[in-house]
Amino acid sequence: MKKKFILEGLGCANCAAKMEKAIKELDGVREASVNFITTKLIIDGEDEKMPEIIQAAEKIIKKIEPDTVMKKA
Amino acid sequence: MKKHLWRIIIGTAVFIAAIAVGSDIKWLQIALFAASYIVAGGDVVGKAARNIIRGKVFDENFLMGVATIGAFLIGEYPEGVAVMLFYQLGELFQDYAVDKSRKSIASLMDIRPDYANVKKGDELIKVDPDEVRVGDIIVIKAGEKIPLDARVIEGSSMVDTSALTGESALREVDVGSDILSGCINVNRVITAEVTKEYEESTVSRILDLVENASSKKSKSEQFITKFAGYYTPVVVLVAVFLAFVPPLVINGAAFSEWIYRALSFLVVSCPCALVISIPLSFFGGIGGASRKGVLVKGGNYLEALARTEIMVFDKTGTLTKGVFNVHEIHAEGISAEQLLELAAYAESYSNHPISASLQRAYGKEIDNRRISEVEEISGHGVSATIDGKKVLAGNIKLMDKMNIPCSREELAGTVVHVAVDNVYAGYILIADEIKADSAQAIKELKAADIRQTVMLTGDNRNVGAKVAKELGIDKVYAELLPGDKVEKLEELFSQKSARGKIAFVGDGINDAPVLARADIGIAMGGLGSDAAIEAADVVIMTDEPSKIATAIRVSKKTLRIAYQNIVFAIGIKITVLALSAFGLASMWAAIFADVGVTVIAILNSFGALNVKNL
Repeated sequence: MKKKFILEGLGCANCAAKMEKAIKELDGVREASVNFITTKLIIDGEDEKMPEIIQAAEKIIKKIEPDTVMKKA
Repeated sequence: MKKHLWRIIIGTAVFIAAIAVGSDIKWLQIALFAASYIVAGGDVVGKAARNIIRGKVFDENFLMGVATIGAFLIGEYPEGVAVMLFYQLGELFQDYAVDKSRKSIASLMDIRPDYANVKKGDELIKVDPDEVRVGDIIVIKAGEKIPLDARVIEGSSMVDTSALTGESALREVDVGSDILSGCINVNRVITAEVTKEYEESTVSRILDLVENASSKKSKSEQFITKFAGYYTPVVVLVAVFLAFVPPLVINGAAFSEWIYRALSFLVVSCPCALVISIPLSFFGGIGGASRKGVLVKGGNYLEALARTEIMVFDKTGTLTKGVFNVHEIHAEGISAEQLLELAAYAESYSNHPISASLQRAYGKEIDNRRISEVEEISGHGVSATIDGKKVLAGNIKLMDKMNIPCSREELAGTVVHVAVDNVYAGYILIADEIKADSAQAIKELKAADIRQTVMLTGDNRNVGAKVAKELGIDKVYAELLPGDKVEKLEELFSQKSARGKIAFVGDGINDAPVLARADIGIAMGGLGSDAAIEAADVVIMTDEPSKIATAIRVSKKTLRIAYQNIVFAIGIKITVLALSAFGLASMWAAIFADVGVTVIAILNSFGALNVKNL
């Protein structure tokens, strides 16, 4: 299942790269990409694990850039 | 952003005041410097503290905080404040630049329809295109974007496809025509039945493609991500080493001097310039190409395009129109019109494409009463009685079979020989037409440093050679079966250099295996053809081969900008690092190497968006 999110307030490109790397390493994630320019996060992961993946991704984002808000696209 | 700007202005004013006061009243000057620092950089230090509590150490706030507070502690007050001021100014610039590039990319992809007018009874309701279902009836007024793929059920109008194809050509639509989302209805109201939901509609698929293109990263982007991962820790480690080791080892070295150098290191330690500008260049290139009607499915493909050495074309449908027309009428003993008339009549019962092109060229109604005793001679042609005369029309084998001497000239195309009452009357040459811009495309590709152009075709040798010669193509392989095309492509792989790439251009329908085998598969005529969009790495929305040259030029420009940024940013940073390690560069140079370079690199990558003259 592919889910799309908008990262509001994403201001630092290096942070975007770090988020992408951390989310990719989450359990059940097949592919993840953070696009700094369109501020979009796309997660492709296993259906059953999606709720946990989204929660974990939110945590990662908050930790790397506290001012960024993850919104459903 | 405004608040940010005011803080910088006030901070600067206080900073100037501090310098004006001079070092005569030492306590006042220090107090003013401190005040300026707090106004300008308080939030940076705050953020750094917050992040440390969260367990995140090496972020830019922390590094800047350490660098500036460190400067204060060793008595370099003006430097400490100035670095913070410039850092903030740079951040402001950077935010502005990023914002601007986000906006220009958004406008580049401004083909997303905002609403659809759905007809419910006699009422028109404006709804989000997302909510429209297949079978709903929508009304598109003049000047509006077509929101979803649909079929016209009422009215006729002209639609502008330029947002999808990069070409401002108008297309006429009528009842029964399929219309594609993203186009603009130009002059009259049309009513249409939705054939695809928004997610599946052309506009949504194209936007998805372009946005997702950034997940397939180019080698340069991968390199930068890796580099950034090592760069900061290494620079910080060296800074720590510089701060403590030399003063302990070297006799008479002052701590403050070495700490100053170490702090300069920290200022340069953020890899932001690279991390922002490289993906931005690629994204700009992909966005710019899409504006030209060329969809590139990833940064990696854009990079590969720029390295293409051998460009391989399919012939029919790619370089030629794939439509067969009468090219030449060579009549003997009768007039050309008579010959065409006889051939058109003789072939009128056949549904072969050759017959269709004869009918088209003849252009008049066939009067069935004039024709009788039609007989198809399989693999040879037809025999028929027209106006009481026995007419034979077919290939050279038919003439040989009937012992009729005929022209044996080798021609490029399909030849229909005609005999009347067993006397040769001449031949009609039917051939595929070369697209108007094919020759131009080959010329432009050569100008763009494509080393070799190759054509593959299932057609016969004569036709292949003639087309290749006319277009200036270097090499042609003819009479190939579909399977042979992959084999020929494999052969070509040995002729390129190690870093060079091979691209194959086809219509995306019959040549999927070849498209897949090439380094880059390019499909033509993507507009409205899902198969072509699916199969290829690069999709040309129109039927014009010259767009391939455009794609190559966009890719080369993008890569050039990306490399410029890599070399420039890494070059300046390393130079400044080296100079400050030896005490030759001040913190001022360091702040330029950080913020200045980022801003310049971002501005440079803006260039990739500009594809107007490509």
